[in-house]
Amino acid sequence: MLKCSIDALNGVFAKIAADATLYLPTDKDGSTVYAEWSEGVELSNALNTAKSPKDFFFPQVEDLMKFKVEGKSISVDDIRSESEDFVVFGVRACDVRSFDILDRVFLVEPYDSYYASRREHGVIISMACSKPAETCFCRTFGIDCTNPGGDIAVWKTEDSVYWNANTEKGEKLLSKLGLEECSDDAVNAQKEKTEKIMSKLPLAGLTTDGFGGGKTLDLFNRPEWKSLSESCLGCGTCTFVCPTCQCYDVKDFNTGNAIIRYRCWDSCMYSDFTKMAHGNNRNSQVERFRQRFMHKLVYYPENNEGIFGCVGCGRCLAKCPISMNIVKVMKTIGGNAE
Amino acid sequence: MQKITRDVLVEKAVSLLENGSVSCVLGWKKGEFDYDITPAVFESKEELVSDFIFDDFCGANFSKYLVQKTRKVEGKILVFLKPCDTYSFNQLLTEHRFDREKVYAVGIPCEGMVDIGKIKAITGDGISSIVCGDTIKVNTIYDESFDINAKDVLLERCINCKSKKHVAYDELIGEEGEVIESNRFDEVARLEAMTPDERFAFWQNELSKCIRCNACRDVCPACTCEKCVFNNPKSGVENKAPANEFEEKMFHIIRAFHVAGRCTDCGECSRVCPQNIPLHLLNRKFIKDIDSFYGEYQAGAEVGSRAPLVNYTTEDIEPCDVFERGND
Ligand code: SF4
Ligand code: SF4
Ligand code: SF4
Ligand code: SF4
Repeated sequence: MLKCSIDALNGVFAKIAADATLYLPTDKDGSTVYAEWSEGVELSNALNTAKSPKDFFFPQVEDLMKFKVEGKSISVDDIRSESEDFVVFGVRACDVRSFDILDRVFLVEPYDSYYASRREHGVIISMACSKPAETCFCRTFGIDCTNPGGDIAVWKTEDSVYWNANTEKGEKLLSKLGLEECSDDAVNAQKEKTEKIMSKLPLAGLTTDGFGGGKTLDLFNRPEWKSLSESCLGCGTCTFVCPTCQCYDVKDFNTGNAIIRYRCWDSCMYSDFTKMAHGNNRNSQVERFRQRFMHKLVYYPENNEGIFGCVGCGRCLAKCPISMNIVKVMKTIGGNAE
Repeated sequence: MQKITRDVLVEKAVSLLENGSVSCVLGWKKGEFDYDITPAVFESKEELVSDFIFDDFCGANFSKYLVQKTRKVEGKILVFLKPCDTYSFNQLLTEHRFDREKVYAVGIPCEGMVDIGKIKAITGDGISSIVCGDTIKVNTIYDESFDINAKDVLLERCINCKSKKHVAYDELIGEEGEVIESNRFDEVARLEAMTPDERFAFWQNELSKCIRCNACRDVCPACTCEKCVFNNPKSGVENKAPANEFEEKMFHIIRAFHVAGRCTDCGECSRVCPQNIPLHLLNRKFIKDIDSFYGEYQAGAEVGSRAPLVNYTTEDIEPCDVFERGND
């Protein structure tokens, strides 16, 4: 374990930023966002960012290629923006797990080279939680917020910041930062304290019982979907703030003399989601709503060795305009239902 | 803070349900925590008694739900409307968006609803309980407790409440209120006083936060097109995400124009925006201009009124005057 004092943190950031673009959570206009670090940009004390960090690897909008027709020839150009090395500091354990969930979608055949390149160029420095919110339920999915993953894990206490490398990439970066060796006593003390809080959280008892691979037939036709989705607006808030929602649409933009093909996030809550030649395969909001939760709680684990497609970050709990969310779904159907 | 209790509303709903006057009730359903209510349809006494709630977190406006629900439900729907909600209700009727005969509207007084975001800004994360009242009592899992004056954490639209008067109802609980003076145009005036560059920078900054989740549009009672152009692949302007800075603003500007003269200033767009963009300022600018160009006009104040922008009189302001004003 290595450490630096809180006062020295900006100096460490400067060292990281000397070789790669550094992003970290900072407070802006009353909200917490990831921003590029430069002298004067302060690390936020908030638990987490309003939007998830998935943009770093899977941006909301991304150009894929350009077509240009001249006479009888058509040229197809790869116009992707080249990835440069970057470091994301302060990613919480839940969000770190979300990268694993996205990897299982984008890094299997057909391999997504756009995503892969960003993953290769990015170093993730996670940060352990010590003050979870009432909306947190990472533990439900077996995530330990006191031991976050990523290339380097960081623990922040009142006066110091503790660093530990988890991967080779992390080792390499950490070795350049000139931090001092220390014991892990302070970190262990913090972990113990956080563990106690985690057991007191209102959602501490939430389990995945009744969900998972093989549950499609049990859950698909449950009558409760109707009342659960009754007032859903079909907006995309839940999908767009979610770190694990991964659906996108591919679109063409006519620039007047060429076509730019780009992709952008899509939402299964939208009425024109996966519209095909024969029309839509989910014509009502109840079907669209069900899809979002079945995907996270049944289909994803079915295809991914039991790993759930939700990380319990609580963003959808905080942001849904009608306060409907995955927790309410899990408590209404499945093993948590009274 | 609310003067009217949940029990009175439950009693009313149960009696209307049991005597067959209505077949279901549109109301607020209690959530996981003490602040996350969900709009819900209640069909039985049991559901009402166990889950119906009415407290300071009941900001959600049900008027727009009537467009869909009246098509699906057999019999009448009981809906509870706060004063501001009744303006949306009337505006939807003006636009023939639902069948008035299928609704039984009960007007309920409102003392202002609170903003959980403002409460969390004071208490931090980890809220374990909230007890509503003039003083809101909040406890956290960190063994802290807070006494917060409800008036200090009101929703923006409630700070600038324009009317305590119900403009539509079949039955009113409590006393008839009045249209009240508000300072709702102060912030607009502040923006007007900026230089064009400052104003552009203000909106650029605000709208660049937009994630195009469409929550503002989807909650808006003036946005009831069966298929929004922005969702219609055939419209040529469909966009799921803004491709550039221009499109970032286009969605909002088009939307503001489309609801101009129909927006009742219900405040739902700003309430639901996950990025806290002050969308109401855009719509209020239109309301303020309409007021000054055509005389005061409040959308939804009465059913069937002709909005200035879709009406013509020889007194109407000339486009050149509007243009001149833009050069000031
Ligand atoms: S669940 Fe909530 S956030 Fe998601 S689409 Fe429905 S209303 Fe929007
Ligand atoms: S479904 Fe909700 S809680 Fe789960 S990962 Fe997505 S935003 Fe977070
Ligand atoms: S869900 Fe868990 S890991 Fe995520 S912020 Fe909350 S406590 Fe931390
Ligand atoms: S609700 Fe907010 S973030 Fe969502 S589309 Fe509207 S302005 Fe953008």
